[in-house]
Amino acid sequence: MKNNKLSILLRGIIQENPVLILVLGTCPTLATTGNVISALSMGLAATFVLVCSNAVISALRKIIPDTVRIPCYIVIIAGFVTILQLLLQAYLPSIYDMLGVYLALIVVNCIILGRAEMFARKNPIANSVLDGLGMGLGFLVALLAMATVREVLGAGSFAGIVLPFMDEIKIPILTQAPGGYLVFGILIAVMNKLTEKRGGVKKKSFSCEGCPSAAACKGGCDVKTEEKEENVNV
Amino acid sequence: MFKTLILILMGGVLINNYVLQQFLGICPFLGVSKKVNQAVGMGVAVTFVMLFATAATYPIYAYILEPNGLSFLQTIVFILVIATLVQFVEIVLKKFIPSLFKALGVYLPLITTNCAVLGVTLNNITDGYNFLESMVSSLGVGLGFLLAMVLFAGVRSRIEMCPAPKAFKGLPTTLIAASIVAMSFYGFSGVIEGLLG
Repeated sequence: MKNNKLSILLRGIIQENPVLILVLGTCPTLATTGNVISALSMGLAATFVLVCSNAVISALRKIIPDTVRIPCYIVIIAGFVTILQLLLQAYLPSIYDMLGVYLALIVVNCIILGRAEMFARKNPIANSVLDGLGMGLGFLVALLAMATVREVLGAGSFAGIVLPFMDEIKIPILTQAPGGYLVFGILIAVMNKLTEKRGGVKKKSFSCEGCPSAAACKGGCDVKTEEKEENVNV
Repeated sequence: MFKTLILILMGGVLINNYVLQQFLGICPFLGVSKKVNQAVGMGVAVTFVMLFATAATYPIYAYILEPNGLSFLQTIVFILVIATLVQFVEIVLKKFIPSLFKALGVYLPLITTNCAVLGVTLNNITDGYNFLESMVSSLGVGLGFLLAMVLFAGVRSRIEMCPAPKAFKGLPTTLIAASIVAMSFYGFSGVIEGLLG
């Protein structure tokens, strides 16, 4: 039983890493990894919301009617995001300014709605909290990995501390928008290579196809399946 | 006045392009950009919803939330308004303009959780725009999204044929292509101010 709990926690960090394997929550991943500090704040903020919303959704899983569950989840998640916004605004205003609109956009982060839909609505509170924690940490680890690459190579510093040698050979574009796409692409390719060697984690496709809440938006999936069939024919 | 509006519009389309410069709305950008016609459908649907969302959220913020000191509720209120609005637009289109519904219908449910739509409504408030400026800004952002989608769909249809290394097949190549497209948009910075200033 204890093993089981541990595996719920670890699964989110490695096997089912929300960013690198499931490729969810790409917007904040790309937007906040220009430097390590903002990536760390974003990761912690999302983990906080994920753990809290998973706990509440799991506690209310027998009360929330199935037909209106998505709006209910959105309200719960938005509630926690607002709490977080107010807390940061009061105690860490510099972080609040740095994350800007992306803090509010945690509401529409696929990972959080996805875990609510996939896990929290079917599992007891303790497991849901662990799942939220694992997924949140997985998100944090991926963000930190990306931010480290981008900041060290792009700005020649780590978390604001200037590194002696790297400072002279920095590639500034990596900290800007194109660099985000580039580093993310390379990081996913590296993950592909690694998982391929281990015999392959079950490969899930990206964006809405990989999004667990895709079940809620029927239209999108129809588009995708049509596409797949057409590709096979070609 | 007119000049400000043009600046806001072109800024949204080219300089602060939401997809390529600000990383909002990446999911549909990567997911629905395999074919040009689908990219156009998604882009038009997003522009449409952005305009409606701004028209609905701006008055709510300016006349209900702000005067009553409830502006901290904007995140909750905006996302609910947008979710309801998308459903509503879907129903209205289905009933009254079935041809448009056929063209855009499949994309509408996906838009509810599109961060670009929530993002533009929140940014309009943060930037202190008035109603007209907000609408123009939403139009610009929507058109920018459409432009990025269509451009990228064109690039992507060629990239699919490339013999990439196995680990880079699929998403990694797509992302690297997006990076190059994003880089090309840097060429626009300063152009608009230069033309009008």
